[in-house]
Amino acid sequence: MSTPDLLYSEAEDDLRAAVRSLLTDRCPPASVLSEAESGRAHDIALWRALGTEMGTAGLLVPDKLGGQGATAREAAVVMEELGRAVAPVPYLTSAVLAAGALLGCDTDQEAVARLLGALAEGRSVGALAVPLSTAAGAPGAPAATVRADGDGTLSGQVTGVAGAAGADVLLVPATGADGYGLYAVETAETSVTVEPLTSLDLTRPLAAVTLTGAPARRLAGPDRAAAAIGRALLTGAGLLASEQLGVAEWCLTETVRHTKERHQFGRPIGSFQALKHRMAALWLDLVSARATARYAADALATDSPDTPVAVAVAQAHCAEVAVRAAEECVQLHGGIGMTWEHPAHLYLKRAKADEIALGTPGRHRQALAGLVDLAAPAG
Amino acid sequence: MSTTGHHATVDADELRRRVRELLDAHPPATTDRLDFLRARFDAGLAWVHYPAGLGGLDAPRSLQAVVDAELEAAGAPDNDPRRIGIGLGMAAPTILGFGTDEQRQRLLRPLWTGEEVWCQLFSEPGAGSDLAALATRAVRDGDDWVVDGQKVWTSSAHLARWAILIARTDPDQPKHRGISYFICDMTDPGVEVRPLRQITGEAEFNEVFLTGVRIPDSRRLGGIGEGWRVAQTTLMNERVAIGGGRIPREGGMIGLVAGVWRERPELRTHDLHQRLLRLWTESEAARLAGERLRRQLAVGQPGPEGSAMKLAFARLNQHISALEVELLGEEGLLYDDWTLRRPELVDFTGREAGYRYLRAKGNSIEGGTSEVLLNIIAERVLGLPPEPRTDKDVPWKDLPR
Ligand SMILES: Cc1cc2nc3c(=O)[nH]c(=O)nc-3n(C[C@H](O)[C@H](O)[C@H](O)COP(=O)(O)OP(=O)(O)OC[C@H]3O[C@@H](n4cnc5c(N)ncnc54)[C@H](O)[C@@H]3O)c2cc1C
Repeated sequence: MSTPDLLYSEAEDDLRAAVRSLLTDRCPPASVLSEAESGRAHDIALWRALGTEMGTAGLLVPDKLGGQGATAREAAVVMEELGRAVAPVPYLTSAVLAAGALLGCDTDQEAVARLLGALAEGRSVGALAVPLSTAAGAPGAPAATVRADGDGTLSGQVTGVAGAAGADVLLVPATGADGYGLYAVETAETSVTVEPLTSLDLTRPLAAVTLTGAPARRLAGPDRAAAAIGRALLTGAGLLASEQLGVAEWCLTETVRHTKERHQFGRPIGSFQALKHRMAALWLDLVSARATARYAADALATDSPDTPVAVAVAQAHCAEVAVRAAEECVQLHGGIGMTWEHPAHLYLKRAKADEIALGTPGRHRQALAGLVDLAAPAG
Repeated sequence: MSTTGHHATVDADELRRRVRELLDAHPPATTDRLDFLRARFDAGLAWVHYPAGLGGLDAPRSLQAVVDAELEAAGAPDNDPRRIGIGLGMAAPTILGFGTDEQRQRLLRPLWTGEEVWCQLFSEPGAGSDLAALATRAVRDGDDWVVDGQKVWTSSAHLARWAILIARTDPDQPKHRGISYFICDMTDPGVEVRPLRQITGEAEFNEVFLTGVRIPDSRRLGGIGEGWRVAQTTLMNERVAIGGGRIPREGGMIGLVAGVWRERPELRTHDLHQRLLRLWTESEAARLAGERLRRQLAVGQPGPEGSAMKLAFARLNQHISALEVELLGEEGLLYDDWTLRRPELVDFTGREAGYRYLRAKGNSIEGGTSEVLLNIIAERVLGLPPEPRTDKDVPWKDLPR
């Protein structure tokens, strides 16, 4: 293992500053809430500014395929900022998961390259049609619930898909006579139904996808599909840790701000040691969360052989830190933290949903048991 | 207070006899629900530890379970306590403890039957944990008090006929001493109730604006300037009301997740299993501790120990519902309904896992936050010295705001 770079480069800091300034301007908490209540799948104007104009949609895609040719390290910085703003944009679902799956296919294939180019430039929004709860790092590919028929169509249902409602193209794992494969389906087809589901996380809504003889193009067959999907999920899980870090950061910052201002008993409530220690403990959690998230991003960026361990550690750790930070944020705000108007609930819901997304902490610890040779007791 | 020492006369057998008499005279199958509840109250079987004539029989509190079981077995209607929790758990013991005979006679019966819903006008934007800092003013005007101010987080205000209200009657006194306790008529034209939406999507609590609300002095509870002491009774009872109820093994939140575990083997993992067993054990321990505490409290008003039950209840509700969402995985990512609604009742174990997870967050805030309750235990149970305070002896009007 080469020494991992756990810091932020100057270029990464610049990228962060640009993304943060856009989000501060275009994605304040009040607009996140009204966007979530609008029934739209995501904030289209914000995604255009962030994904297309700023070019973040193509960070993971090589230059020659229309992307920015950056790495998971830069994408992680974007994820942190998106988490900090609970931004309702399809970055994880389109720019990470869908683009990641395409990158695992044969990019010399024209159809693959065309799709990647469209996603990278933000001309098109994609989604990988697997339940958001699918555990990354699990052995084998996620079971396909969709059937590929001889006439080149797909039929079946996938539930709990994040980002499907706003997507133009779905990347669907399916099994047919040729075995397991990854297929592209246009959501505009009448044989494709995307039914939005009432989701715990208002800012990343899920949908059920139903295909009834939907025309599909095969992007990868049994030789690559499983690996492509597996790698996309692993990348998604690794970068999700940075989103969780961003969520936790906002929660701590906001809680510190509130407890400095709010007075009870003639003093700022943040001056009570009972609360001070709680916030200091959260800060400690954030220190280690940042280190694990950076390590996962760096491992993904450098294709380190330790990547599965790095991702499992980051997920097992950051998922819980984000939930704890959001729960503390609500608690230390008191009554106002229980309201719909205050943004704390948006972070709580995102943190709780992220804990289940791409594998719960328990699943990732279980994966680690195998990876670092700490077997469960027999029987 | 509620104990009068006449226990000896009413035992379990006597209560069973009286229940049979009630059932014979008012067969539940053919009696109107409200008529039955009123008859039950008049028979002294509403809350047996209350005085005779006020819905009780001066019997030991622990015998209530005998009455409840007999009536349930007979298919008798109950007073739907989830709808009237504030009345039953908080207003009633305070009225009993501090009310005049007239107030008790007028208020307790419709409170218990649920004909009149109660709410609690305590918290204000500037006075939550530091409730004694409250700024709502009550000014004497002839036989009335004129009340102006704003209350917040008021559960059930939209349904309530009456409120228990604390307001400042003497700003020249230090904060704890210038407060008086009133019964406020929620139909007064000066009362304005505005819904506040919660993280669950519904609007269970409210903001309440009080503008020139007239309260006759006859609706004061306790002496002028003694409102803080009266409020302590309400708050101690509130903490027992939230989380102090008698439940069977696996009652409450743990029973729900245990049910899912048994029915859905495909969801099980080693990690969740260990965590579930830990929470199951803690729930059982908390249940037994509650059982013990209730025996100790069989007489009199609850003390600071009651806070322990509420603390455990809040923590367990939060951890168990969080585990349930995680256990459900893909389904845990869904929510039943975000529509803005005005609920008729509050049920912490109602609806689906996502709702329970979010609603449980309020359990460590409502009725005194967990931090404040820990302070109470540290200072009043353990006798640890309080933090130095600068706000206790200064006239309220001179406190910085
Ligand atoms: C669901 C719900 C229902 C409610 N229903 C009612 C109702 O019907 N009627 C009513 O009057 N009120 C009601 N409340 C209000 C509730 O009593 C208050 O929210 C609570 O007392 C906290 O006050 P606050 O919201 O002002 O928070 P704050 O007092 O500002 O507290 C913020 C944070 O600071 C902490 N803190 C404050 N002081 C200290 C200290 N000394 N040491 C350590 N930590 C401290 C608190 O624990 C909390 O974490 C309800 C609240 C909720 C959430």
